[in-house]
Amino acid sequence: MKTDPVSSAGWFGDFGGRYVPEALIGALEELDDAWNAARSDEAFLHDLGALHRDVVGRPTPLYEAERFSQRVGARVFLKREDLAHTGAHKINNTLGQVLLARRMGKSRVIAETGAGQHGVATATAAAFFGLPCVVYMGATDMRRQHLNVVRMQMLGAEVVGVESGSATLKDAINEALRDWVTNVETTHYVIGSVVGPHPYPELVASLQSVIGDEARAQVVEVAGELPTEVVACVGGGSNAIGLFRGFYDDAGVRLVGVEAAGEGLDRRNGASITRGRPGVLHGARSLLLQDDQGLIAHAHSISAGLDYPGVGPEHSWLASTGRATYVTATDDEAVAGFKALAETEGILPALETSHALAHLLSNASSGTVVLGLSGRGDKDVETLAELAP
Amino acid sequence: MTDLRAHLEAATRSGRKLLVPYVMGGIPDRVGFPSVVEAVSEYADAVEVGLPFSDPLMDGPVIAAAGERAIAGGVGPLDVLDLLARTATPLLAMTYYNPIHSVGEGDFCARAVAAGISGLIVPDLPVEESTRLRALAADHGLAWIPLVAPTSSSQRIEAIAATGTGFVYAVSTMGVTGVRESLSERAAAVVERCRAATDLPVLVGIGVSSAEHAVAACRSADGVVIGSAVVARVMDEGAGSASEFLKGVRSALDRLP
Ligand SMILES: Cc1ncc(COP(=O)(O)O)c(C=O)c1O
Repeated sequence: MKTDPVSSAGWFGDFGGRYVPEALIGALEELDDAWNAARSDEAFLHDLGALHRDVVGRPTPLYEAERFSQRVGARVFLKREDLAHTGAHKINNTLGQVLLARRMGKSRVIAETGAGQHGVATATAAAFFGLPCVVYMGATDMRRQHLNVVRMQMLGAEVVGVESGSATLKDAINEALRDWVTNVETTHYVIGSVVGPHPYPELVASLQSVIGDEARAQVVEVAGELPTEVVACVGGGSNAIGLFRGFYDDAGVRLVGVEAAGEGLDRRNGASITRGRPGVLHGARSLLLQDDQGLIAHAHSISAGLDYPGVGPEHSWLASTGRATYVTATDDEAVAGFKALAETEGILPALETSHALAHLLSNASSGTVVLGLSGRGDKDVETLAELAP
Repeated sequence: MTDLRAHLEAATRSGRKLLVPYVMGGIPDRVGFPSVVEAVSEYADAVEVGLPFSDPLMDGPVIAAAGERAIAGGVGPLDVLDLLARTATPLLAMTYYNPIHSVGEGDFCARAVAAGISGLIVPDLPVEESTRLRALAADHGLAWIPLVAPTSSSQRIEAIAATGTGFVYAVSTMGVTGVRESLSERAAAVVERCRAATDLPVLVGIGVSSAEHAVAACRSADGVVIGSAVVARVMDEGAGSASEFLKGVRSALDRLP
């Protein structure tokens, strides 16, 4: 450690790293050590497995959406994370992180949230373990995801509105980091996606990989073969990484991430991979929407969970190697995706998830598709009702 | 451009405590900014110039608001470099890493030098990730000012201090920039631990908000960086008020035995 202690861990190709104030380094090292010990500890894995089974309701079903399949022309299987407790994949991560936080002796947890699903999932885990919880949320998101604000409060969390910047997910993460740098000795920051400084991208991806592990086994059992394509929406990218990781070694399986094109790729959007260039935000090097002086852009998406100018470093790496392909869907296309699933299957998906559905609607596909149905859409009915003619 | 270390050590050798005010680039506006630098320079041993950033996660409300205002006024981080006038007092650029990464580390150093900057402070670039920028800064004759936190291990303090070429910035408290009621009790311990690792001047920053805080910090440290307390005065009352405030701090420091 005398000269330049260069960390070997935490890099996905050229992406990732640990770009944080010195005050946070100790906590990140502690978290990394705790996670490495926990992930190979039978007792921890047993507890986590039990939580996933009894609290989350895992395994979630892999469901063949026959009428939606007819609409899009491929055989579509939905990985039903919308049926997980609290209504999205986020709970897989938060129960694991809060279990870890307790093991580390932390007495308080904080989180950021965009759509509110991660906030609800963190508040749920905190209530389950009896820890105080503060959730930072952009003021814009508090308005459009009001239902989830009420849910968090009922679960005993304090929801703190953030007015700075674009008053969305990016700014909520800034505020959570400011809290963390102040209270890091007692507090665990439950990051909600595969973003942030090392070890968060790896930690969250590991906790979400249960989605892909289950889905692979399920699709092989039901369809008798591997899918041709695996599709998921990408905000920070946690549901997509969780699903993709189950299929990394299956070279014949196309991995497709769907970003938010918002108002269109030449207007305000959240398509960090499609439209961004490398930069450093929230502790990691990844692809970012930014101007020519490195100021971070204000993203836009109809879905709060995809309304983010960055993306997890593992996705930037997958894009750079070509192992995964990234496409986009606009706000309008997402709304059409939402309606199509509601009409054909009787499922109201989250607006985030609707971007993945939209991709199938607009890109005639054949073969077998596994689509990550990352969450349910109850939180979005007000947004959609306002759009209705 | 000045040799920062030589400049600061000449002052400390003569028994003077170092006073480094922070100003936000582009505040109050593009036109008025150079005269703010000039006004705060009068009592300063160096001036820290903040480059506004969209996502200043180490900054509390005062400096974050100042950065937002600068950006809203059309001044981005690199624009600030173009606004700087030559001063006798060394200027240090305090910037988040992304603007440097965006323009390229080498180009950034060249532009900083051309603007008269003598040193760099990059609060979100820890020692592990700064190897290349430090080398480039050295090539360009820019001093490197690393930050040490109350939670830094002794091993890390040694590695961090070894990278410093201007002074070592001892962060007094866990938290973001901001005006505080009292100086953190942890400040003296951080300074002491830095001293054990380096011969460079050690300055205390973050939360130093008054002459009284500055005097308390300088019982162990070689000087102080004062940020929010200066920026708040510039924003609310103008450069004259900031300068008056610094005059008071200066004379309090000069009365220290
Ligand atoms: C249902 C749902 N899907 C997807 C996302 C996007 O996050 P990620 O890309 O990390 O899966 C969110 C985030 O709020 C969400 O609530």
